[in-house]
Amino acid sequence: MIRTALDQVALKVVNLHKHFSASAVLQGVDFTANRGEVIALLGENGAGKSTLVNCIAGKLQPTQGQIQIQGDTQLIASPSDAQAAGIAVVYQDLALINTLTVVENLFLNNEIKHRNVILNRLGWLDKAAMLKRGSKLLQRLTSVTLDLHAAVSSLSVGEQQIVALIRAVNVGADIIVMDEPTAALGNEQCNHVTDLIRLLSSQGVTILLVSHNLVQVKALCDRAVVLFQGQSVADVSVSDYTEVELLSFMNGVTPDVDSVTVAS
Amino acid sequence: MKAIAPVTAKTLVYYAFALTVLVFAFVLREPAFFSVENLLNIVRQTAPIVIMAIGLNFALSAGLLDLSMGAVVALTGLVAATLLPHYDVAIAVLASLTLGALIGALNGYLTVRLAIPSLIVTLGSLMFLSGLVRQTFGLASTPILNHSFLVLFGSGSLLGVPTLLWWVVGIALSVFCVFNSLQLGRHLLASGANISVANAVGINTDKIRIMAMSLSGLCAALAGLLYAGRMQSARYTMGESELMTVIAAVAIGGSSIFGGQVNIWGTVLGVWLIGMLNNGLILAGLSSNAQWMAKGLILIGAVGITVKARKQ
Repeated sequence: MIRTALDQVALKVVNLHKHFSASAVLQGVDFTANRGEVIALLGENGAGKSTLVNCIAGKLQPTQGQIQIQGDTQLIASPSDAQAAGIAVVYQDLALINTLTVVENLFLNNEIKHRNVILNRLGWLDKAAMLKRGSKLLQRLTSVTLDLHAAVSSLSVGEQQIVALIRAVNVGADIIVMDEPTAALGNEQCNHVTDLIRLLSSQGVTILLVSHNLVQVKALCDRAVVLFQGQSVADVSVSDYTEVELLSFMNGVTPDVDSVTVAS
Repeated sequence: MKAIAPVTAKTLVYYAFALTVLVFAFVLREPAFFSVENLLNIVRQTAPIVIMAIGLNFALSAGLLDLSMGAVVALTGLVAATLLPHYDVAIAVLASLTLGALIGALNGYLTVRLAIPSLIVTLGSLMFLSGLVRQTFGLASTPILNHSFLVLFGSGSLLGVPTLLWWVVGIALSVFCVFNSLQLGRHLLASGANISVANAVGINTDKIRIMAMSLSGLCAALAGLLYAGRMQSARYTMGESELMTVIAAVAIGGSSIFGGQVNIWGTVLGVWLIGMLNNGLILAGLSSNAQWMAKGLILIGAVGITVKARKQ
């Protein structure tokens, strides 16, 4: 199932550049993410990971280069463009509205409105329908029990991550970018999140994981794209390298291995 | 003990309300206070303030403030009073409401486009409009003789209930529905609670914030009409001194002055609570100076408890 799915290109970044007034933060980033792949985005602080994520998310406009979604070049001028293109970004600490409940967050800006034509025009919400779909989604995707009526602020960090991921799926994302998803999590919570990432990937969702946790990258990801000084310096199969070798890519050094395939 | 809700930001105003009633019942020993006529009188007097306070919830929900309400109340009341002798009631009313909504929208636009805090923008428009009102309409009051206007916005009653109370209940219920059941309400609250997340999920927070300020201005305009209707005239002082009461009532009512959380029924009770205090303290023989001091202490105490409850 995964094998056939892999043949489809979900996201392709071509020669992406981003210059801020004085400095060139991205200077040629290329990589391809296939459907259902979990790809690690590695790099030291300042390598350009956040800028790349923000370009894909529509928060920043690249100075040069292209972002292709399912084979089409897309201009992602705003976060809503990104959402329309099926991209969702789960940021480390600003993924959800704390004061709203789980179900309100799951459907934020993707609310189900009342069927009645007049009420629909007014933007009247169909809360029952959202609860029903929300609880089905949770059942399907995670073993963690979550109260749909609980305020997000009352949840643990791991539970919030799960809600943010399920939210992304619910708004129709087939490419999910996660920024340090498990950095602040305990072991058990971390397992729940990684379980969910694996499940989503098996269902054809492409996941781009920004992470510093190389043990987790080894365990969870198919490939790693390494940024160094604003360029993609390596695009490698994670299973071919040790953590130490991945680390040396991040420092701009190609490890001394026979089967190295280095991009650009 | 479980049947009793804990004192939190949400429930505080109900306890305060009940406590005030009890205190007045036992300490004041003033039967006049609990007469239906006196209570209805409080409701009538506070009706424009309730509408202002409900309107302020729109601004607060989106993380904004609207200080210009005080001047918008006077301006729209005076505009209606000036138009009424020459035009149909509907035209005078629509002109006032439209003006209020437009001023609010302009406040919102300046806040969003120039990225100036709404506190400053609306403080500026409060000053500007106060001057404009005095300049344009003078210091004398403009009488209103139009019977249907006075019935609709002032002295009338329907099914034995004053129209002013109908307005309060009607607007409170409508705005409650906006926040409880409409997409607009969700997006207002999301923008006020965390604007980065709201933007990230694709909500047009600029549009939402302009709309919040516009609705706040619309409510101020309606308050202006109710004021004018109750006083049977309009004057530049209308609404000016109520801004402090409005902010106090909203804070006591459990809406967050930092945005993202509103409590509409709490707001109504908050205004009534302050109205009851004013009225009861007058009956108790306190001077207006003492009333201001009492209100100040109650505000700090109430918001102190609210903030503490929210942190837990």
